[in-house]
Amino acid sequence: MAGALGFKNVGMTFPDGTKALGGVSFDINLGEFVTVVGPSGCGKSTLLRIASNLEVETEGKCEIDRNSIGYVFQDATLLPWRNVRKNIEIIAELHGIEKTKRTKLAQDAIDLVGLTGFEDKYPRQLSGGMRMRASLARSLVMKPRVFLFDEPFGALDEITRERLNDELLRLFQIEGFAGLFITHSIAEAVYMSTKVLVMSARPGQIVESFDIPFSYPRAHSLRYEPKFAEICGEVSLALRGALV
Amino acid sequence: MTVTNSIEETSTIEKSAPPSLRVDDAPRETKDRNLVSDFAGPIVVFVIFISLWYLLSTQVLPPQKRFLLPTPHRVIEEGFLTWSVGEQRGLKPILRSLWDSIKIAVIGLFITILIGTTLATLMATRRWMERATWPYLVALQSAPILAMTPLIRALIDGIRLQRILVVVLIAFFPIVNNTLFGLLSVDKSQHELFSLHGASKFTRLRKLQFPAAMPNIFVGLRISAGLSVIGAVVGDFYFRQGGVVGIGAQIDIYRSRLWGSELIAAIILASIFGLVVFILFGLLSKVAIGKWHTTTRGQ
Repeated sequence: MAGALGFKNVGMTFPDGTKALGGVSFDINLGEFVTVVGPSGCGKSTLLRIASNLEVETEGKCEIDRNSIGYVFQDATLLPWRNVRKNIEIIAELHGIEKTKRTKLAQDAIDLVGLTGFEDKYPRQLSGGMRMRASLARSLVMKPRVFLFDEPFGALDEITRERLNDELLRLFQIEGFAGLFITHSIAEAVYMSTKVLVMSARPGQIVESFDIPFSYPRAHSLRYEPKFAEICGEVSLALRGALV
Repeated sequence: MTVTNSIEETSTIEKSAPPSLRVDDAPRETKDRNLVSDFAGPIVVFVIFISLWYLLSTQVLPPQKRFLLPTPHRVIEEGFLTWSVGEQRGLKPILRSLWDSIKIAVIGLFITILIGTTLATLMATRRWMERATWPYLVALQSAPILAMTPLIRALIDGIRLQRILVVVLIAFFPIVNNTLFGLLSVDKSQHELFSLHGASKFTRLRKLQFPAAMPNIFVGLRISAGLSVIGAVVGDFYFRQGGVVGIGAQIDIYRSRLWGSELIAAIILASIFGLVVFILFGLLSKVAIGKWHTTTRGQ
């Protein structure tokens, strides 16, 4: 079947003349998890913003079913005046889904991310990791075919981050969406993905692509295997090359 | 299994969160300590205030001028404990005129809130509206009401309407300013969340901008409510006729007749009214947004 998300030679030049992306092409199918790593300011986030139509590409074309996108922001962006349940319902609410159905959908998502029992808490009563879970659950409610992640775990501590990596992979296996993940962490990229793309500095271009051979489910111990370290090393080298 | 584990893990993180993040389980003892400092402070200030008052009216002022500032116990006796002497003296006429002003202030505040939030909403959703009205709002805020009285008198019939207009003019700016600020300072990524899912302008206002602006709106409300009391008193001064007058006019009567005790009693009651309004809106804000907004605690 055709890819769930396709970039066809996508370029982006901002109105101020900054060239953020230059000719990016790749596809992601359902059941694929692609991570983009690259130097700061190389246009990684711009890729996501184009995919989600928050920005419109100036060259090429991005093909995606815009009605079925989940977008996880850098921070949890929960609405502080809504409790967890109401926060998780918001997207369904915006799509006009009726009350009983969206309560059910929200509860399923809450159970899926392990927030059962915290439904009536407000965001400020939650830890950073729990807020991120709520943010994931919020996007899960509509069962999107394409999931975009903009460095979602960057602000979390190492332990919470690894735990949420596992949680997210579990969700990925259950839901089978097409994932596009942005991160600064090479280990996170290799651990999560079916494929890792390395982007060059601005204007961002895909300079190297690594297929990650490990099968799912992936165990935590994978992080300590020589093969894992080897791939991380290759990605790291490519990233250094991308910097010059 | 992993799910339950991770819940335990994260809930311990929650428990060790800084105290500012906790709501229900604040330690009892800090509450008790707050109770002492909460009451001791105001009481000390009150005692100092009363002592200074006695000092002024019995020592500092020359004897022939002491009628201007009667001692506290005389104010209580003549202003609060005397129900009514003739038409103007005693507690009854003071309360009657205060009640008259309260009605004006409340009606004026209600109109202010209605027009103010509507205008702020229009300004937040239409850039040209903001551009067109903002400079004049700022100018209006600093325009002296005193200078406008002849115009108000010429344009509007009826003392009550004129007084209400003064309340609106004085209380208007903070509610517009704070509401507008609140509506416009919503987090960018929260806006993007709504854009991603095709939210209309109206949905965005209702489900994002207004709830997010509530803390600011309540700040504006509280300032405007306080100003509506001032507006009512000021309006009384300039717009009055025979019969029942507002507290401002009543104060002016006492001032001109040199009835010090009634004058001070009336001032105290007008101030208490202002205080009650302030506390009321503080409580309202706590009830409405205290659950999720932190700064309303500790009030």
